[in-house]
Amino acid sequence: MAKLNTNSNAYIIIYSAVLVVIVAFLLAFVYQALKPMQDANVALDVKKQILYSLNIRNLDGAEAEAKYADVVKEEKDINGVKLYSCQVDDQQIVVVTLKGMGLWGGISGYLAIDTDDKVYGAYFNHESETAGLGAEIKDSQEWQEKFIGKKIFDADGNIALSVVKKVEDPETQVDCVTGATLTSNGVDAMIKDCLKKLKEE
Amino acid sequence: MALFSKQNKEVFTNPLNLDHPILGQVLGICSALAVTAQLKPAIVMGLAVTVITAFSNTIISIIRNTIPNRIRIVVQLVVVAALVTIVSQILKAFAYDVSVQLSVYVGLIITNCILMGRLEAFAMQNKPWPSFLDGVGNGLGYAMILVIVGAVRELLGRGSLLGFQIIPDACYDFGYVNNGMMTMPAMALILVGCVIWVHRAYFYKEK
Repeated sequence: MAKLNTNSNAYIIIYSAVLVVIVAFLLAFVYQALKPMQDANVALDVKKQILYSLNIRNLDGAEAEAKYADVVKEEKDINGVKLYSCQVDDQQIVVVTLKGMGLWGGISGYLAIDTDDKVYGAYFNHESETAGLGAEIKDSQEWQEKFIGKKIFDADGNIALSVVKKVEDPETQVDCVTGATLTSNGVDAMIKDCLKKLKEE
Repeated sequence: MALFSKQNKEVFTNPLNLDHPILGQVLGICSALAVTAQLKPAIVMGLAVTVITAFSNTIISIIRNTIPNRIRIVVQLVVVAALVTIVSQILKAFAYDVSVQLSVYVGLIITNCILMGRLEAFAMQNKPWPSFLDGVGNGLGYAMILVIVGAVRELLGRGSLLGFQIIPDACYDFGYVNNGMMTMPAMALILVGCVIWVHRAYFYKEK
């Protein structure tokens, strides 16, 4: 070993190639071995988020699983938008999956709508919005609860539910997050975009 | 060489006091500010960094004589990146909510100055066992600060520790209000500053 010239080009190339191959195999193995558990976690997280949008919070894993099975009756896919038909306290609720763009990355959310076309509850998630500002769409339960009771359509049947800086019509508009105008605009666009796709059907 | 000779003990205890990575060398501050809003992610982050410094130090130390000098930083990075990815995958599988809270900061352990600093300064010159101790020592030193700052921030910012409410409801009835400032990263900087000040004033002795 000592005689080997560790600074020759051939040695460096072989060394790095071998190292990378070893690491690649190791990572592939770990990834494959842990994937089932990770998928289960992601699936449970989606279920929890749907329950959050139905204003059912603070459940741990097993409870959430049971509650979800109890509440969610049917899954549908319309125009690329996933719908979950649910029954909460004898009320028929449809949870709409939202996907859109925030300021720094993707945002997503679940909007629960009751039979009168009013918002029953909402939950938003984000990938990389600014902590304390844009991230409030996920962290602030208070803000999500502002959506409750808002009407989706105006008198003419157009989509009116929106997130705005200055609320003019408290029946359909939600005050945006202070200091996070761009993220709020993203939420606004996401809601309109996804509801529009549904309306076309 | 005995496993816990005087030298090895120093290797382990120095980073906990005299050569403390955050207090003494002021390294790794960035992630210390980001993940300390609550105690639980702070503990997990501290453990993750400890595991990664310990094992990357050991691995680099084992192969230190074979590493070509010209690409040593690349080799160190590959080893660290592989370990970080494994830890991040394990967190996703076994502690999903914490891994969501830590988000990018687990990945950013790769660029944590403490790691690179220890690999370059210690593991490249020393045998595996002292390197392992050095890694654990530095990781625990880092974790210690995260836990102190995380505990103070969660207690004053949210009135709880590890998610359990500590400050009784009666206090809130008397008008006590959680300090929202504590949940902001800026307060972490001020707290770390205070910890460094206390450490310099009472524990630090010039060599």
